[in-house]
Amino acid sequence: MAGDDEDARAAAETAARRSYGRLVAYLSARTRDVAGAEDALADAFAAALESWPRSGVPANPEAWLLSVARRRAIDTVRRRITSVNATDHLKLLAEERADDSSDGAVPDERLRLMFACAHPALDAGVHAPMILQTVLGFDAAAIASAFLVSPATMSQRLVRAKSRIKQAGIPFRIPEPSELAARLDGVLSAIYAAYAEGWVDAAGSDSRRRNLAGEAIWLGRLVTSLLPDEAEAPGLLSLMLFAEARRPARRDADGDYVPLGEQDMERWDHALIGEAEALLRRASSFGETGRFQLEAAVQSAHCARRYTGRTDWPAIRRLYDALSTLSASPVVAINRAVAVSNCDGPAAGLSELARIAGDPRLASYQPYWAALADLEGRCGNFEAARAAFDRAIGLETDQAVRAFLARRRAAMIH
Amino acid sequence: MQYMLLIHMDESVMATATAQPGYEMSSPYAAYGEALVKAGAMVSGDRLKPSSSATVVRVRGDKTEVLDGPFADTKEQLGGFYIIEAPDLDAAIQWAARCPGAQLGTIEVRPIWQMQ
Repeated sequence: MAGDDEDARAAAETAARRSYGRLVAYLSARTRDVAGAEDALADAFAAALESWPRSGVPANPEAWLLSVARRRAIDTVRRRITSVNATDHLKLLAEERADDSSDGAVPDERLRLMFACAHPALDAGVHAPMILQTVLGFDAAAIASAFLVSPATMSQRLVRAKSRIKQAGIPFRIPEPSELAARLDGVLSAIYAAYAEGWVDAAGSDSRRRNLAGEAIWLGRLVTSLLPDEAEAPGLLSLMLFAEARRPARRDADGDYVPLGEQDMERWDHALIGEAEALLRRASSFGETGRFQLEAAVQSAHCARRYTGRTDWPAIRRLYDALSTLSASPVVAINRAVAVSNCDGPAAGLSELARIAGDPRLASYQPYWAALADLEGRCGNFEAARAAFDRAIGLETDQAVRAFLARRRAAMIH
Repeated sequence: MQYMLLIHMDESVMATATAQPGYEMSSPYAAYGEALVKAGAMVSGDRLKPSSSATVVRVRGDKTEVLDGPFADTKEQLGGFYIIEAPDLDAAIQWAARCPGAQLGTIEVRPIWQMQ
């Protein structure tokens, strides 16, 4: 019957969304065989779509999927019994079954899975794609389109990373307290990278990318709930929520780009800002400062404009001072130079920028050229400003930002 | 799992270091080996003679070619190895970081293919 079929499909899809990462994590935590777990789960979801319309959706869909997936996994391992470690592999699967809880709930191993995906022995560029695929069930094509690489390339990177986890023996483990902070930074950076990919699409016209920002926030909430004592987890969540709250104000009614300082504060999401502020307070209560908390604090200072009507640049400058002691990132240096220029004038900002001018990474980094153009223009160095504006416009891929830079150039240089 | 720790070293740096007065090559390695044994992680390990003593052999068709010198002409050469027992890569990385060779050279951590 079509209706039952629809119900079964909807139930399978709901179970897939809600429990995909949980099932992948549980099925691969012991064997370290992520690809095997995904294959077994794909079979289990196909079996569900076939059998649920006839037999009805089981009382505990997750447990049903787990037992079918596990049967498939065992069959697959038995078929390649001649290959290495098959016996060990079967032993691990048996241990996993013995560990099942009696109430049928699948233990939550997603955090351990995320630590494996963001392990320093894997290339940093594959951390975010691995987490998106294994925890959220994104397919390689969707991840590829978000990260602007070809589906074949992305799929090859993911296959290689999964094989490496298994072959090299990368553990599914929450790191020891002594290394937790450093390793957590890898996980949080991967989540932030996913958010940043979603953030690029300001208009929200690219549904895949908007989705990515939302999913990254979901992951941030997950890590915050699983590691309640780590300050940087709510720090990152706060940062993402501050950014998300301003998303509607990044374009005006005509679709034109609006810089932060000129945004219509009525269009900010004040409920999200409130949540972000609360998270930041909670993070600071641990007394351990970190880069995500500092960046969230910068956002908080920008958002304080809704009460004071002006931006507290000296406070923002102090936050960037602190950030620059944590990282030698040129991005931090550029933002700091802008803050300095708003405190001490454009010439002071220019001399800050001059300190990083030799960094080869800046050659193709639009925000550097846009900041330089603005400061040169404000100092009256119109030739230098024009050249920098041209470079920034040439580097920008977003049409709305290009148009904004062109308007600035026209207004500044006569 | 078993892992091989391959100690790659710049041999000229090694030669300079060992020529320093009072340098005792064996003592840090002896302590490291002892720690491995005590933890039940030691399978085997040895230091290799310099790459100038290496011979490369290959058979192409029915012809056996014998060449002197190491296979790859890189700055760092394989200078020694350990085979260790470790539960996972993190444990193997910790042993690699404790190896005296990590101070001067590079330790490559490679899982060993286990045959049943």
